[in-house]
Amino acid sequence: MVKVRCLECDRELNVPDDAVDGEIVTCPDCGANYEVTHSDGKITLKPAESIGEDWGE
Amino acid sequence: MSNGSNGTSISIVFDRLRWEEKELLDKALKLGYNARLVDAKDLVFSTDGILKDTNTNTSSIYKPDGISLGDIVIQRCISHYRGLYITACLESLGIPTINRYSVAETCGNKLLCSLALAKHDVPTPSTYFAFSAEKAIDIANGLGYPIVFKPIVGSWGRLVIPVKDREMMESIVEMREEMPNPLSKIYYLQEYVRRPPRDIRAIVVGDRVVTAVYRYAAEGEWKTNIARGGKAEPCPISKELEDICLRAAAAVGGGVLGIDIMEDEARGLLVHEVNNTVEFRGAASVSSIDIAQEIVSYAMKVVRA
Repeated sequence: MVKVRCLECDRELNVPDDAVDGEIVTCPDCGANYEVTHSDGKITLKPAESIGEDWGE
Repeated sequence: MSNGSNGTSISIVFDRLRWEEKELLDKALKLGYNARLVDAKDLVFSTDGILKDTNTNTSSIYKPDGISLGDIVIQRCISHYRGLYITACLESLGIPTINRYSVAETCGNKLLCSLALAKHDVPTPSTYFAFSAEKAIDIANGLGYPIVFKPIVGSWGRLVIPVKDREMMESIVEMREEMPNPLSKIYYLQEYVRRPPRDIRAIVVGDRVVTAVYRYAAEGEWKTNIARGGKAEPCPISKELEDICLRAAAAVGGGVLGIDIMEDEARGLLVHEVNNTVEFRGAASVSSIDIAQEIVSYAMKVVRA
């Protein structure tokens, strides 16, 4: 597990080592959603898009 | 992107990575294809016939022959419009894409989808379209209540409302008229079908119905969407079900599709929606068919066709 901090509430989040780009991580405390990204060999998080009116299948 | 051991490569374009996209990647790799996930949000297209992945350096500018995205793209964006217009760009570059632009356009718009089903004589609930608040209310009052209101773009049953009476209808219309999106003022009203507390989700891949499930509404819910807590159970694929599914798929242009069907007490099966980027986790959980593998195999057939 890779440990990163929630950008909203600073809680420590555990991201699986094999997480791929685009995978969603949700903070269990504040509910913020993040997308996993890899940069320079390190896992980082960026805020995920919120649900859009045209989202679906 | 170099080709895999069997000579074909595939890209799965996504904007929100779900179980389905990871499953498609996994199955494509296990089948020996050179496969990769591509984040749609990183792609840039131009009229010069190039597309670029902004996540990597300039050497990743793709050639217009589509080699860099492989032999075929499975378009899996969760945003309808993003997926639709990326498909338009991909097709302009000559990259085969599942599903095709015309299919995505039809299925992503309930009005166009209902028209296509009706045009091809696929049994479907009676559906009415109005283009002003006044006429929307007139239709509902004339047909009587309950009646089902649906936004023409959207999914997972969001903002689908069983309208119980005139007061409720007028409130919905008043709210829609205040919304800035012009599509909010296109009114789609569908008859309220008397059905058991379930519907059928069938998955069509090419010319086959690969699986079907009953979707039971969650406790206290009218909508059967798995995204709303609905539960899936296996559904036998009868000749009647197979026939209506293949006709519905053909009506919208074919490909990989999720067909939603209601069992009307009097008329039998009615197709009410066809989904273009079908979510299949719920169906896969109760089906013995490997849906992702079926989709990947179909994609490769499209490449070879």
